[in-house]
Order: sequence, then structure tokens, then C-alpha cells
Amino acid sequence: MKKIIISLIIIFYASVLNVKADTIEVCSTCNISKIKEAITISKDYDSILIKKGTYKEYNIIIDKPLTIIGVNYPIIDGENKGEIITIISDNVTIDGLFVINVGTSYTEDYAAIRVRKSKNFVIQNVVLEKLFFGIYLEKSRNGKVYHNKIIGNAVEEYNSGNGIQLWYSQNIEIEHNYIEHVRDGIYLEFSNNCLIKNNVSANNIRYGLHFMFSNDDIYQDNTFENNGAGVAVMFSKKITMLNNIFKENWGSASYGLLLKEINDAEIIGNIFEENTIGINIEGTNRINYKNNNFIRNGWAMKVRGACYANKFLSNNFLYNSFDISYNSKLNDNEFDNNYWSNYSGYDLDKDGIGDVPYRPVKLFSYIVNRTPETIILLRSLFIDIIDFSERVSPVFTPDNLLDNHPSIKKIEW
Amino acid sequence: MVIIENLHKKFNKNIVLSGIDLNINEGGIFAILGPNGSGKTTLIKSILGMVIPNKGTLTVLGKNIKHNSTYRNKIDYLPQIANFPSNLKVKELIKMIKDLRGNTLEDEHLINLFKLEPFLNKKLGNLSGGTKQKVNIVLTFMFDSPLIILDEPTTGLDPISLIRLKELIQSEKAKGKTFIITSHIMSFVEEVSDEIVFILEGKIYFKGSINELKTKTNQPDFEHAIASILINNHA
Amino acid sequence: MLKILKYSFYDLMRSRWSYVYFAFYLILGIVLLFLNTDLSKAVITLMNVIIVLVPLIGTIFGVMYYYNSKEFTELLLAQPLNRSSIFLGQYLGVALSLSMSLILGLGLPFVFYGLFKSNAIWDFSLLLITGTFLTLIFTALAFNIALSNENKIKGFGYAILLWLFLAVIYDGLFLMSLVLFEDYPLDKLSLFGTMLNPIDLSRTLILLKLDISALLGYTGAVFKKFFGTNFGLIVSIIMLSVWVILPVFRMLNKAKKKDF
Repeated sequence: MKKIIISLIIIFYASVLNVKADTIEVCSTCNISKIKEAITISKDYDSILIKKGTYKEYNIIIDKPLTIIGVNYPIIDGENKGEIITIISDNVTIDGLFVINVGTSYTEDYAAIRVRKSKNFVIQNVVLEKLFFGIYLEKSRNGKVYHNKIIGNAVEEYNSGNGIQLWYSQNIEIEHNYIEHVRDGIYLEFSNNCLIKNNVSANNIRYGLHFMFSNDDIYQDNTFENNGAGVAVMFSKKITMLNNIFKENWGSASYGLLLKEINDAEIIGNIFEENTIGINIEGTNRINYKNNNFIRNGWAMKVRGACYANKFLSNNFLYNSFDISYNSKLNDNEFDNNYWSNYSGYDLDKDGIGDVPYRPVKLFSYIVNRTPETIILLRSLFIDIIDFSERVSPVFTPDNLLDNHPSIKKIEW
Repeated sequence: MVIIENLHKKFNKNIVLSGIDLNINEGGIFAILGPNGSGKTTLIKSILGMVIPNKGTLTVLGKNIKHNSTYRNKIDYLPQIANFPSNLKVKELIKMIKDLRGNTLEDEHLINLFKLEPFLNKKLGNLSGGTKQKVNIVLTFMFDSPLIILDEPTTGLDPISLIRLKELIQSEKAKGKTFIITSHIMSFVEEVSDEIVFILEGKIYFKGSINELKTKTNQPDFEHAIASILINNHA
Repeated sequence: MLKILKYSFYDLMRSRWSYVYFAFYLILGIVLLFLNTDLSKAVITLMNVIIVLVPLIGTIFGVMYYYNSKEFTELLLAQPLNRSSIFLGQYLGVALSLSMSLILGLGLPFVFYGLFKSNAIWDFSLLLITGTFLTLIFTALAFNIALSNENKIKGFGYAILLWLFLAVIYDGLFLMSLVLFEDYPLDKLSLFGTMLNPIDLSRTLILLKLDISALLGYTGAVFKKFFGTNFGLIVSIIMLSVWVILPVFRMLNKAKKKDF
């Protein structure tokens, strides 16, 4: 919020300093009835007010610092001909537009709004529908994507685009956006120091949020619901994930959170609820998991190997079909002081810590990994019996994989 | 009244009845006798439809009893071992049977006759064998059916009750009812029965009156007549 | 038949065992809810109890009732009643009184707990429906066993074996065959295997509620259809009904041919 105000002030001063800043109105009955025309005649730091109406235009290039404001959501209809708005100048603000019908192409990533090699931009209150790519930020910096609504109609991965895409962009704030039915809700590639906050990303074909080769980013307070997978973080470092909700990501390759080849991340205060797999990790190192709630997932965590020095401290594992699944006998991760609803131990000295360690990996999870159909025997008495005997003397599961101080009560923070 | 034709029954490999032909006429008391395991109870249960014959036809009161249950409305049956649901009270049992078969007022008279009033509110599980048998008799006689089947009716009865039972049988007989009785007590059989049937190894060995039996076996009394049959056949 | 049902039911309602059974569920319900205020956990524990104990109690109780009420049955057989109604009446008497103990025993604590205001009501109702089905099925199986075995000890033995087989051994064999044939597509086989065991069937029905997220992790199309739609629920309920009808049918058939 602060940053928004500051940038608004900057824009305001910029326009004030540039004494002759004017406001140009566009409407079907005005002198100027085309957006492109308005841009052509405008000077730097002018404002363009687009009145309510439908404007059938595409390839609108914004090549000077302008503030473009839609009044009562004017419709810009690209008629599926290609890209609609391209920003190639610094200090551009776009506010309150309704952009539809972006062209689909297999060779070019047409976007509803693209920012190319620009700084200090603001894109806010826009609604994008029937799109290919939504907002595409390319080699840009210090921008803000705020309070937009992106509603795609993607069906297949190969011919759909992402809601908000960042490519080689730095210091971008993405807040309060609502994104659904696209390929990836938000996609970051080679983009560092970004903040993604308070967004809702739902019903997307692939991922709600997707990081590739991006470092030092923070995402917090977002909700990811019913996507192919909630969030995928791959080949990235130092990502902070706080207080997000990952919900109902169901399917055979569905995860609340997918971590692959990432190091030094913090995962704190998130809720993973009713996902097929809460978190799937592969090749991740030095990640701290703290105060997360794993509720009624198929697998709270699936550990696929090459994961070292991760710490799971003070999380709640509640009514998951499986808490943790490992595919090897090796374990170099630490589990301590978590609450496990499946824990059946006791606390005789009443210190709130269970007196016997808890083994979160069941033998049955191995069997299911090997022969997935055996899932149908979940909660069978026979399975309980073999799980019990494995717990007493581990043969297949890592014998040092223990929570030595399981909490007796649900952990509050 | 009851016509049995070519009745065969075996339990597993054990042949119990092999080719019984029997005609029981209306009126009179008909005793079925025979050593233990000769098939008396099986024969009675066949008439009642509790045992399903392997072969043969049974006609009771003019109806073939196969796949039929309504004819039992015309039969009162006193089972051999009177074991009732132990959780029920005597009163409730009587009420239940009335509920199942239809109402009757005879029960009060019979309860009085066998002095059962003190037991009406007791559970059947807590009764002595003799008292249970009395309850059994009440249940049997309280309906007014033309055919009455009694399987060992004297078991456990005290002398007074025995006399009452005999009186009861005679008075019902006087109404023209037909009785089929089995018993081990020869004096009882001799006293009440008009005709006897002797079954041996699943076949009818003898059918006729007691006097005819005495003549046939050349024995002065009934008990010896029966004994001689058994001795001659087992020697 | 209704009269027999009534008397069998009354008879059982007076027997100490119905109260023991009822009290057991009542205490279980109270302990689960009031000593451990976690409703989701309570539902999971209940599921384990229902899947394992209800069949066991249904079988034992069914066999026991049959042998204990032999004389009563004979008394009834001499009455002008047909056999089907006698046995159906007795069977329903046992099955319904057991179901009632279950439903009331577990239901009362949950009602007092404020279940009607909770989201768990559907899970819970499903548990009770499954429990009732299992009672109906296993009582019918027990009557079948008892009708076929004059010897009490043998009857009890077979009843316990049947339970052990369906509750534990079957799943062991099932698991082994799935692992053994893992190179082949198994989703149809595994669903089929489930249908053949009423305990597995009920378990699956409950899994549909409790573990849907895990079940959807498997890729097979048949699985997806079964668990992802109402198809699974409908098929399971139909199969459970078949599991009630077949043993009852056999029981009546057997009873018709039996000598007493």
C-alpha cells in the first residue's frame, strides 16, 4: 500500500513538474475515438481517459510515460488478432480497462498487456477475459500489478498461456489479483526480488503459481485452490513462502506445493488442506518448514529423494491418509516437535511431549508407492497390523526417521 | 384324518423312516410306540411339517401338507422338550401364542386346572421341568383343534397333574377329537389309547388295538407284549 | 412375520447382551467425543471400530441367538406359520435390535455433542448406514452358518473363522495378489476384489468420504470414475444390498429344506 501511494505521488509530481500535462478523453462521440490516436497525439505524462464503450483495437503501443484510465470499464476488444497493449516506456499506468479476445498463436506469446524493458509501471483494476497470456512482464523492473482479475478459458496446456508472467523482471509487486482458468496463474522465470501477496489463483490447468530459476522472492497470504498443482517452485533459491492456503488440488499429479531442486527456502504458517499430495519434494536442501497445517491430504508430504538437511519443526499433521512417504531408506531430514493426529503414544510426565517417538512413515506408503492400486486397502485391519509391526521394528522405512518429541496437543502459534 | 403314504426319511446316511403307510381315522386316541430311536418323533414331526420327508406324501385333514402351513391351524402340538424362550414370562408366552394363533378363553380354565396362577409372572427360565410341562399342556389344549398331537405328555408331571391330564384327554376325546400320542409310560398308553402303532427300525411292525397285540404276542399284559416284540427282534 | 419380528425383538431387548452392546457403543461415543474433543479423529476411530467390531458382533450374536432360541423356533414351527416368516422374523429381530443398539449407542452422544450443527454429520451418518448394512449382512451370514451346523461349537468356530477371513485374511491375500500382479493393469481387479468382501466394500464407502484426496492420486480411469463421481457411492450401496439379499435368500432356502 505504501509503495502504491509513493508511486502515485511520484506520478503526481512527475505530472505536476511537467507543467503541461494534459488529459485526453477518448469515446465514440469524442473528437478522439481511437485509443491509438490518443496515444499518438499525447505528450509525456499526459493522462488518457477512456470512456465507457467498446474499442476494437489491438497492437496498441504505449511508447511514452502515460496514465491510461478507463472510466466504467471500457472494453478493448482485440478480436483475436494478436497482442492488445504493449508498454515500452517507463512510468506507465494502466487502470480500469476491460480487455478481451487476445489472439492465440503457437509461435508468439500474445498478451493482453505486455510490459517490455520498462520501469515504474502500474497495472491495476483491469479485467482480462478470453485471453492467451494475460499480463506479460518482460525484462522490466519496479512495477506493480495490483487488483486485477484474469479469467481465462484454458482447456489444454499446449495452447494456453499464463495469467501473469514475469520473465527477467525484478522488484515486481503482485497483489490482490484474482486469476482463474489459465495455464499457470502466475509464472516467474529468471525473476528475482518479487513480492506476491494476497492473490487468489484457482482452477488453473497447470500451476497456481510457478517459479523457474527465480531467487529471493516472497509469496504470502495467497490462496491456491483446485489447480493442477497449487504452487511449483523449481530450480530456485531463497524463496519465502508465508501463510498461504493450498487447497483441493486433486489428481494423480496434483500437489499443494511442488518443490524441485530448490535450496534455502522458508515455508512458514501455510495451510495445506485436502490436496492429493500436500508437498512433494525432490532435490531440495536446507528448507525450514515451520508452523504449517497439513489437513486431510492424501499424503501430507512426499519425499522423492535427494533431499538433505530439511527441518520440519512444529507443524500440525491432521488426519492425512499418509503423513510422510519416503522412497528410500536414507534420511537426512529432521522432524521435531510436530503434532501428529495419528500419534497413539502417551505422555505420562505431562510435559506436553509424547514419551515415545513417532514414526511418520508407514510401511503401507511404501507398498502404495510400488503398487498404486493397493491404495484400495487403506485403513484395512490387515494393513494396520503390518504397519504396526513395521513401526515396532523398521525394515523398509528409515529407522532414524523419527519425531522424538511429538507434541500431544495441536500446536498453536 | 391323517393319511401317510410311503414315507421315507433319512438323516445323512441314517435311515429313520423307510416306507411308512398309515391311516389315522377321525376320533379316538392313537398311540405311536417304539423303542428309542425308532422314529416316533420323526413321524410326528413329519406330520407337523417340521421334518421334510425324502419321499412319500402326507395328507392331513384332506390336504397335502407340502409347502403348506395353514393346516397347522387345525393341530395342537405338545413338543417333547418344553424349552421356551427363557426371557419371557409365562403370561407373555401364553399371550404371544394367542397372538400368533388367534384368541381363546380356554387358557384361564386350564391355568386354574393345573394351578399355574402363582407362576404367571415368573420367567420361563426360572421354572422347574414339571411346571414347564404344565405350561406346555396349557398352550396345547387352549385351542380347540380337531387333531391333537402329544409327544411324551407325561414327562415330569406330578400324580395330580397326570390325573388332570388324563381327564382332559378323555373330555376332549368325548368332543370327537383325534389324538396322536407317544409315550414311554406303558400304563398310560394302555389306559388312554384306543389303537396303537408299533414302529421298529423305521417300519410299522404292528397296528391295531392292545388286545390284538396281546393275542399276537401271546402275552398276558401289555407291557410284556411290547417287551416280547423287542426281545424277539433283537435276539 | 411381523409378529415373529416383534417377539424376537422384544426377547432380545430384554436380553442382557443387547444392553451390553448398547452400553459399549454409548461409552465409546462418549469417550470419543467428550474426552477427546476432536470430531475428525472421533470419526476415524469410529470407522475402525465399525469395520472390525460390527461384523464380529453381528456374527457371534447371530449364531448365539440362533442356537439359544432353537426351542422357541421349534415352538413356532408347530404353529400355523410358514417357515420363511419365522426365520425372516427372527433374523430381522436380531439384526434390527443390533442396529438399534449401534445407532442409539453412538447416535445419542453425538446428538448431545451437537452433531446436527457440525459438518461431520454426513460422515457420521454414512458410518451408521455402513454399520447397519454390516449388521444386516453378518447376521444373515451367521444364520446361514448356524442353520447349516447342528453342532454349536462348530457353528461358533465357523462364524469366528468367517469373520477373521473377511476382516483380516482376505485383505492379506488381496494385497499379496495385487503386489504379485503389479505389472498388469489392476484397477478393475482391485475394485472387483473389494466388491467380493462386504467389509472391504464398507471400508471403501467410508474411504470415499475420509480419504478422497489420497484415492484420487491414482491414475487408473476406472478408479477415477469410481472415486471421482457418485458412481462409487451408488455401486457400493447396491453391492452392499446384494450382500444382504443373497445370504437372506440362502437362509430362507436352507430353512425350507431343514428338519427340526
